[in-house]
Amino acid sequence: MRVKLKIWRQKDANSKGAFVNYDFDGASPEMSFLEMLDALNTRLIEKGEDPIAFDSDCREGICGACGMYINGYPHGPVKGITTCHLSMRYFKDGQNIVVEPWRSKAFPVIRDLIVDRNSFDKIQVAGGFISTNVGSAPDSHAIPVIKEKSDHSFDSAICIGCGACVAACKNASAMLFVSAKVSQYAQIPQGKIEAKERVEAMIQKMDELGFGNCTNTGACEAQCPKEISVINIARMNREFYVAKIS
Amino acid sequence: MSSFLGSSLTKKIVMAFAGLFLIMFLLVHLGLNLFLLSDDPGPFNKAAHFMASNPVIKIFELVLMGGFLLHILWGVILQIQNWLARPVRYKKMAETQISFFSKYMIYTGGIILIFLIIHFVNFYFVKLGLVEGDHENFYGMAHELFQLPGYVVFYLVALLILGFHLNHAFQSAFQTLGLNHETYTPCIKFVGLAYSIVVPAGYAVIPLIIYFVK
Amino acid sequence: MTKLNSKIPSGPLAEKWTKYKDTANLVNPANKKKLDVIVVGTGLAGASAASSLGELGYQVKNFCYQDSSRRAHSVAAQGGINAAKNYRNDGDSIYHLFYDMIKGGDYRAREANVYRAAQVSNDVIDHFTAIGVPFARDYGGNLDNRSFGGVQVSRTFYAKGLTGQQCLLGTYSSLNRQINKGMVTMYPRQEMLDLVVIDGKARGIITRNLITGEIERHSAHAVVLATGGYGTIYYLSTLAVNSNPSAAWKAHKKGAYFANPSFVQIHPTSIPQLNDFQAKLTLMSESLRNDGRIWVPKAKGDKRHANTIPNEERDYFLERRYPAFGNLVPRDVASRAAKERCDAGYGVSDTGLAVNLDFRDAIQKQGKKAIESKYGNLFEMYETITGTSPYDEPMRIYPAGHYTMGGLWVDYELMTTVPGLYAIGESNFSDHGANRLGASSLMQTSGDGYFILPYTIANYLSDEIRTPRISTDLKEFEEAEKEVMNQLEKLISIKGTKSATSFHRKLGKIMWDYCGMSRNEEGLNKARVMVKKLKEDFYKDLMVPGGLNELNQELEKAGRVADYFDVADLMITDALNRTESCGAHFREESQTEEGEAKRNDADFMYVAAWEYNSSKQIHQLHKEDLKYEEVEVKVRSYK
Repeated sequence: MRVKLKIWRQKDANSKGAFVNYDFDGASPEMSFLEMLDALNTRLIEKGEDPIAFDSDCREGICGACGMYINGYPHGPVKGITTCHLSMRYFKDGQNIVVEPWRSKAFPVIRDLIVDRNSFDKIQVAGGFISTNVGSAPDSHAIPVIKEKSDHSFDSAICIGCGACVAACKNASAMLFVSAKVSQYAQIPQGKIEAKERVEAMIQKMDELGFGNCTNTGACEAQCPKEISVINIARMNREFYVAKIS
Repeated sequence: MSSFLGSSLTKKIVMAFAGLFLIMFLLVHLGLNLFLLSDDPGPFNKAAHFMASNPVIKIFELVLMGGFLLHILWGVILQIQNWLARPVRYKKMAETQISFFSKYMIYTGGIILIFLIIHFVNFYFVKLGLVEGDHENFYGMAHELFQLPGYVVFYLVALLILGFHLNHAFQSAFQTLGLNHETYTPCIKFVGLAYSIVVPAGYAVIPLIIYFVK
Repeated sequence: MTKLNSKIPSGPLAEKWTKYKDTANLVNPANKKKLDVIVVGTGLAGASAASSLGELGYQVKNFCYQDSSRRAHSVAAQGGINAAKNYRNDGDSIYHLFYDMIKGGDYRAREANVYRAAQVSNDVIDHFTAIGVPFARDYGGNLDNRSFGGVQVSRTFYAKGLTGQQCLLGTYSSLNRQINKGMVTMYPRQEMLDLVVIDGKARGIITRNLITGEIERHSAHAVVLATGGYGTIYYLSTLAVNSNPSAAWKAHKKGAYFANPSFVQIHPTSIPQLNDFQAKLTLMSESLRNDGRIWVPKAKGDKRHANTIPNEERDYFLERRYPAFGNLVPRDVASRAAKERCDAGYGVSDTGLAVNLDFRDAIQKQGKKAIESKYGNLFEMYETITGTSPYDEPMRIYPAGHYTMGGLWVDYELMTTVPGLYAIGESNFSDHGANRLGASSLMQTSGDGYFILPYTIANYLSDEIRTPRISTDLKEFEEAEKEVMNQLEKLISIKGTKSATSFHRKLGKIMWDYCGMSRNEEGLNKARVMVKKLKEDFYKDLMVPGGLNELNQELEKAGRVADYFDVADLMITDALNRTESCGAHFREESQTEEGEAKRNDADFMYVAAWEYNSSKQIHQLHKEDLKYEEVEVKVRSYK
């Protein structure tokens, strides 16, 4: 099948980027979107041209490395999947496809479709952990956890840190990402001890890094490949106010 | 404490509380306005007089003004931050928001602000003595304005926009305040939707009746 | 001839680790601050080692090629993590776990190491629970377990099909805590391109900054490699597309022996290849075999839709051949059985290279909801990729390269043959023998990083407290950097016509065909020649666009592919040398009448550790004889 691609090309962080058109007829419906780009890159390389740079690693939707803005959607137009799982069978023969990197002040472009998501790590470093040293843990069954709470904690914990929430949000807000981590720990006894410090530190870091503010549009939830709920954001808000007034 | 005042979440909670306060005020104001439908100017003018002179109400008036200012100020600051958070825009953007009107809050808010300024010039500044007029006969002033087709249209458009603004505002405030629950949130969303239709509609009925019936 | 000293403590098996810890040297807190440790890799092994060493007070530098440490491929492990907790009261114990691993590994693993891995498994689970890893729980609030291939108890802890992700993110959070405290410095998007050895000791690494292309020197008192395996040798595998053995290979070329390179696990349940440009094969967790039944039609070339084939015309070949373990036989056995059926012409799908994994009976018996709660996300993933739903029709699966039991040779202390260089997790060879059992990888890799390395490295570093910080201006650093630059310049200046990936794909095909699920002498010899030829072509016809001093993904790939040729050659050498069949290594010349693997304990009960002779550019074999004092060496049978 044939696709008409318009892809953002940018040499490095300091260069000015631009869209470049590629009329590519080497796609097939069994391919994933990234395999289609691989095939396009092979042609570019064989011609001695710079291939399109993009991040990807596990190619099974769990590492969070891949991510591009495809025809107006982070990870493309199919709900609940990452770019690596986006199949070409969702596109029509001859379709125009615009491919852009995540756009956010906090995610500067490094090259082509690769952005720097280090700010996500910085937020986690600020407080996304439970302070237990190796060797000091009691037996696992010494801390029973209500199944429902544990399951909800898991639902928050499956965030892959891809940045689609920021990319989707009209304000480039990182609230869903941050709240998923805060929520994971807020719901289990192990995490409650430093809940106050955690939520304060993580939000402070998030604000410093230049993400926008949440206006509850819900775009993050709609575009999250792991379908993480905005309930987490409400929970984080609650955690934050409780931390501040207690 | 400084992190509390400066935090993005704190700004949002201020927005939410101020917003909810304004939402409540809308209902009180609507109750008052319904007196305009009476043929007798007495009840409305008396109520207006009461609102203007009662010391308790005066305190509330200050709070209300504070609410307006905070809501507008923080709203603008947050919006500027949000624009700055994405210096390069997307070339192609699809509709991904779950809450449709959430995208346009700054614009609907801006239009409501323009309406508010005109409304203040027409009524509130008269009461304060900043603009000439008979502040003991707001009934008459309102009826005069509602005879002007241009004003009625403007008034109705502003109410429509207010409805759009409220549609997102109500549920959003609850979410910001951390009140999201599997069972209750759908109720909140329904109440928000109903409120955003019924209250502006209630306001809209008054000029329509005055213009067409009276 | 052997120079290998595995340093296994004397005494009864169950007391060896305690004895080691009691007698190993310690480093006092004031001295720890003055000691630098480099950890390469941020998977479960690397991140757990880096965070534990940070907690202890060492100055740690942690490197990964990914943009964030959270993306290391441990994240993709699905099914679970084993521990001998015996929470089910089904008779499990440390000894049983140990025994299952020894047997599962087909008696080619070191007893003492395996026993220790089983011992620390319980600590690993406790630690993960304490740092908030949301393992599945039952309604009593306790941890739940499930069963995995090759064992008869339920000892596998899990978090739906995302156990690896949850364990890795838990470890990532511990790592972040140490970064926050300033104990660990993180170096993402940095690829290790060489090891620096000074006076016979590992003293640092050369890396390339993948954003700027800058070559950097980093020094330390000890270097820990946690860089995973070499399963991507097959190009198509269940690994991440950038996973690679280059770091371990560079260390090998600098003196670390490489052990059992031919021991590669082919995972039985992955989604079959769908197109020629496919970049990887997606794994479907082994846990699916708990409820899914594997079958092919009894009639050759039966092209009817699976659902229309009645029971009596289905061949549930695992249940038929291995009634005791049925669908839960170990991975090597299941993979070979599937290959046997497909080779004999009974495979399903257009290519004939697939078998059915059917949930019909389980759904009928337990209800769709129960199946959904166990495997929901796996089923979704399958549907996303293939477009068909496993609730409605059987999954189609086929084996894929998955895990490498072989790796850098390490002693009991996890130290390689280069003093001060450690290898942990999948990058070492130690605990899985010739075949790894499901859910024991997360267990081993976390055990290495959290509970073993922190003790053993202290024993080495206690002698280093008088060594000041190592300067990166030393000539060894300069030479290593120069060598790295030369190689990069060589690759970029070929300016041929083919991408690195195209060579990798060809190499993968050769290795899959001749050094994959089954091997024979003729094929291996043939493969060796083909690899050599391909390598020559590579150095003639490679095309790497772009420059050295920029983000250049093709350059990264080319460097890795260059190493793959050498890894492939050593794999073939090892497979040729080991004329027996054992575990995942199946030599067609050595099989029983029923087609099962036939071991040769008299000649091959050893670890094959290969030394690279850089002056002669050849490999030399060293044997570490395996002694089984605790278990009786038997024929491995799952019938």
